[in-house]
Amino acid sequence: MSNGTFEPRLVGFLCNWCSYTGADLAGTARMVYAPNIRIIRVMCSGRVDPQFVLKAFREGADGVLISGCHPGDCHYQEGNYKALRRHRLLSKMLEQFGIEKERFRLEWVSASEGTKFQLVCNEFTEQIRKLGPLNLHQNGGRHEQGQA
Amino acid sequence: MSKAKPKVAFYWCSSCGGCEESIVDLAEDILKVVAAVDIVFWPVALDFKKKDVEAMPDKSIAVSFINGGIRMSEQEEMAHLLRRKSQLVVAHGACAHLGGIPGLANFWNKDTIFRKVYQTTVSTDNPGKIVPQEKSVVDGYELTLPRFWDTVHPLNDVIDVDYFLPGCAPHRDLIINAVTAILEGKLPPKGSVLAPNKSCCEDCDRNDTKPEKLTIKEIKRPHEVLLDPEKCFLAQGVICMGPATRSGCGERCIEGNMPCRGCMGPTDQVYDQGAKFLSAFASILDTNDEKEIERIVSTIVDPAGTFYRFSLPSSILKRKRMEAVK
Ligand code: SF4
Ligand code: SF4
Ligand code: SF4
Ligand code: FES
Repeated sequence: MSNGTFEPRLVGFLCNWCSYTGADLAGTARMVYAPNIRIIRVMCSGRVDPQFVLKAFREGADGVLISGCHPGDCHYQEGNYKALRRHRLLSKMLEQFGIEKERFRLEWVSASEGTKFQLVCNEFTEQIRKLGPLNLHQNGGRHEQGQA
Repeated sequence: MSKAKPKVAFYWCSSCGGCEESIVDLAEDILKVVAAVDIVFWPVALDFKKKDVEAMPDKSIAVSFINGGIRMSEQEEMAHLLRRKSQLVVAHGACAHLGGIPGLANFWNKDTIFRKVYQTTVSTDNPGKIVPQEKSVVDGYELTLPRFWDTVHPLNDVIDVDYFLPGCAPHRDLIINAVTAILEGKLPPKGSVLAPNKSCCEDCDRNDTKPEKLTIKEIKRPHEVLLDPEKCFLAQGVICMGPATRSGCGERCIEGNMPCRGCMGPTDQVYDQGAKFLSAFASILDTNDEKEIERIVSTIVDPAGTFYRFSLPSSILKRKRMEAVK
């Protein structure tokens, strides 16, 4: 697929208390943003198990976003710090798998930051458009061998 | 003549031979096994050929123990053949169960492995840059070799597996329990891993020394510190896969004062052992400061190889992205 026709597929895990509400605000305020992101609501960014992120990439996501409350504002106190630590370690590990850092993003978006959510989605979409498709679903399949 | 004994086969695929050794190491107990069964195929020890297996009626082997991952076409072929001839197939050891150590080759592919092995290692002398070919003609005869794949697979990627005997290599008690259960027909549900479904930590003598709120500021590798022989490794800042690893191995590494590397694979509740460990491990890093987090993370050498040491081919990602292998 040439990058000209490539539409990035993005998955976003948004915490219920801040980022999801922020995204909702972007929606109700009719802000226009790139339609590439599929949003999954989680209670807290700290609930995002790294297995979810890997699964999203494996199932065809070209980029994954985790978005939570700003530091200090997490509804569960520390969940977003946990997300931050996991994000940094997982990013490092993903690079060893050939998945660029830029494909895995962590953002803080508050309930009132509809505009920030809009900006993040647009920016992320453009960034992934430049990187191109991940094509992970073709990797490690049973009969990838057949091409050898 | 007495009642026919159940027929048993052993086979190896992409393995180190250690799992074969684990059978021999049953010592006197192997004699009991040998007395109770008829070994009909065991290339390491007995001179049977593939054609002997082909000649057996389907399902005539009671159980085949297959160790090693699947890395070449010949291994898949043998796995299919044994599957057809056997009532039960047991994936024997970490390599068959999860891909194992040889599965770390999934950070490369066929071309890069061949280049390294047949051309660029210091001890290689191969001016003609000859690499194995699937077909070559010598004196008018066509010779063939199995196809070497880009990716190592756990056994259940290529055939239906009834039971998994975990460990690198499996602990003798697990093997004996498995064989006994098979002979007595007292088997757990199909697909079970034949070991306790609890974490290594739960059976570890050092668990009591693990603080209620475990935190880590500095990560050390085993060779960089004098390891305390009694204290939980994580509490010493040393990566121990115990929390994300299944028990049943006898905690033998820990007894040897080495942290658990994870060979038993995950418990039933966990799909991806490496990601689960990463999650737990990141949680205990003792800082909320972005820069400090990044500093600590930068000191973790090879997280992928450490967290997936035995389970890369059975992980969610399975391998390094093909386009990125250079
Ligand atoms: S599981 Fe361990 S002992 Fe068994 S074949 Fe694999 S590397 Fe060798
Ligand atoms: S982390 Fe390792 S040393 Fe600590 S209790 Fe668990 S298995 Fe034992
Ligand atoms: S302690 Fe860990 S690495 Fe060692 S044998 Fe047990 S499960 Fe395997
Ligand atoms: S609730 Fe928003 S990050 Fe925890």
